[in-house]
Amino acid sequence: MTAQQVSQYTSEYDKHISALPGQSLDWLKSLRLEAFESFSSTGFPSLREEEWRYTNVSGIEKKLFSPQSNIEAGTVDDAWLANYRLDDCLTVVLVNGQYSAQLSNLDGLSDQVSVLSMAEALEQQPETVKKYLAQAVSNEEHSFVAFNSAWFSDGLFVHIPAKVVLEKPVQLLHLTTQAECLSATRNLLIVDELAEAKVIETFVGVDEAYLSAAVTEVFVAQNAALTLFKVQAEGDKAYHFGGTYVKQERDSRFNHHNFAFGSLLARNDIHTDLDIASECDLNGLYLGIKRQHIDNHTRINHLKPHAISRELYKGVLNQRARGVFQGRVFVAEDAQKTDSEMNNRNLLLSNDAEVDTKPQLEIYADDVKCAHGVTVGQLDEKSIFYLQSRCVDEETARNMLTFAFANEMVDKVQLASLRELLLGQLLKRFPQSGVDKAWL
Amino acid sequence: MLKIENLHVSVGDKPILKGLNLEINAGEVHAIMGPNGAGKSTLSHVLSGKPGYNITEGKVTYMGEDLLDMDPEIRSREGVFLAFQYPVEIPGVSNIYLLKAALNSIRKHNGLEEVDAMDFLTLVKDKIKLLEMDEKFLYRAVNEGFSGGEKKRNEILQAAILEPKLCILDETDSGLDIDALKVVAEGVNSLRAAERSFLMITHYQRLLDYIKPDIVHVLADGQIVKSGGPELALELEAKGYQWVEGQAA
Repeated sequence: MTAQQVSQYTSEYDKHISALPGQSLDWLKSLRLEAFESFSSTGFPSLREEEWRYTNVSGIEKKLFSPQSNIEAGTVDDAWLANYRLDDCLTVVLVNGQYSAQLSNLDGLSDQVSVLSMAEALEQQPETVKKYLAQAVSNEEHSFVAFNSAWFSDGLFVHIPAKVVLEKPVQLLHLTTQAECLSATRNLLIVDELAEAKVIETFVGVDEAYLSAAVTEVFVAQNAALTLFKVQAEGDKAYHFGGTYVKQERDSRFNHHNFAFGSLLARNDIHTDLDIASECDLNGLYLGIKRQHIDNHTRINHLKPHAISRELYKGVLNQRARGVFQGRVFVAEDAQKTDSEMNNRNLLLSNDAEVDTKPQLEIYADDVKCAHGVTVGQLDEKSIFYLQSRCVDEETARNMLTFAFANEMVDKVQLASLRELLLGQLLKRFPQSGVDKAWL
Repeated sequence: MLKIENLHVSVGDKPILKGLNLEINAGEVHAIMGPNGAGKSTLSHVLSGKPGYNITEGKVTYMGEDLLDMDPEIRSREGVFLAFQYPVEIPGVSNIYLLKAALNSIRKHNGLEEVDAMDFLTLVKDKIKLLEMDEKFLYRAVNEGFSGGEKKRNEILQAAILEPKLCILDETDSGLDIDALKVVAEGVNSLRAAERSFLMITHYQRLLDYIKPDIVHVLADGQIVKSGGPELALELEAKGYQWVEGQAA
């Protein structure tokens, strides 16, 4: 990134900083400034960095994305938004990175639980935010995290106190309605001891070039459980940079379901730190068509003994799409009796589709069970013939097998309304002739 | 119903079938026996349209039409059913879905409306009892995690529901213990009908104790070298395949 591009963002930042939430909080002000300096010194990541060698972000450097501060709720098409609203959920809607009370719906939220916009949380519970913000990930992680810390304009704040089981899932609906818009949001999800919650992050937007940068920090306390879903269905010219950074205390459970469907270029980082006997289950499905580039990086840190991690990421890539998967499992010397399994399976539907997959195990303990596997392949010709011999034509057979491959990940979702949404997204992106949705 | 004339088939440059002739009339049960490598499975694959075989000579007529000219799914819709020697596992596609998709494809092919959901379920549950299978199999992925016997039963279940005109059983008995074989054979016997023909391909005479054929053929080195009644199978078992291989040479 050239000095000129950095200075463009610097002058942009000077214009907008006073409007960002939490300016009256000194600690946050200095956190943002340090973050901005960190970003300015490195710029956006380059291909020379090992963690970014397959993902070229130079496309975003050619443009200047900036926050759009004047949002009128009336400008959002309700019918379109309705496609993404999930029934039976509390909904927090962020439009172009800003909370919209009018579009959100928090009816029936219990007093015990905090579900707020980040800007509200900074006003009402600044001490809690201070305790957790930037604690699950540091600005040095990579420059998009620093960029996010500097720029975030709002976000979702969820705090479930000890022993509370949140009945309704919380849906974050993050939408971007304008070209050239920067939607930078920061989310905090805090689940105290023995509490349980489900949260769905949904990212959607117009079919224009915009930059959606969202960092979610997650804290799952002792024996607590969080199921987190991410549905990235951004507009098809969008850039999406997402990070989910999780701290798990002992005996906690974290289930993640990551669906990466949209955007021109998407990069997603998921990190979790596991304490004693905690469990994480990372599931992912990435679908690429046309010239989409979808990169998922996961890192599971087994820091203490007896923790269990399971990971399955599946990719379906068609036309000229490219997928990147890097799954890293780190097992510290102290993390004896670690039980870890990681799998990445890819289906390439065209000769021009590509996937770069890199599972990595880094093990310093000597009494552990760690397995990993990767497959990259095409539809099985034997299966196609078997279906043809059962009266199904070849095209339908191919569609059925493609859907079956992807549907395994959708099937794991325990929320019916979300499954419905995901299937709609799936059917939109792949040929559906002969595939009966009722069956899916 | 089926007439195979002077069929020559090779895989790559290697000839496998070398002038095979066979005629099956409606309602007949034919058994083809032969040593390993004689071309038994090639015959079943070619009849069902599996890609990868070069048909260099000869023709196959099915119900008066050129069978080799049809795509595999057209053959199956026209009533040619192959029970696979090695049924394929299809993760993510449930048995019940495949059965319904297959049945509806046949109905559409014949200008009929899609099957009514309740009628379909009644039909399937009726047939599944016949094969002594648990209903939970219907909701499992096709053949995934099935034992060898369960897979073979599943093939016959499909046949029972799709009601083919010509049923090709490719080594359906291989790998089955005697109890499983009896169930499968009973399923097959229940399908026997005046208008339905069977072509059973097997390496072992044992199958023929449970499914009585009308005609037994011996396939050796790519040709039918001997045909006869059920007693031929017993003779074969007593004398071994060397007996017919000697005749082919």
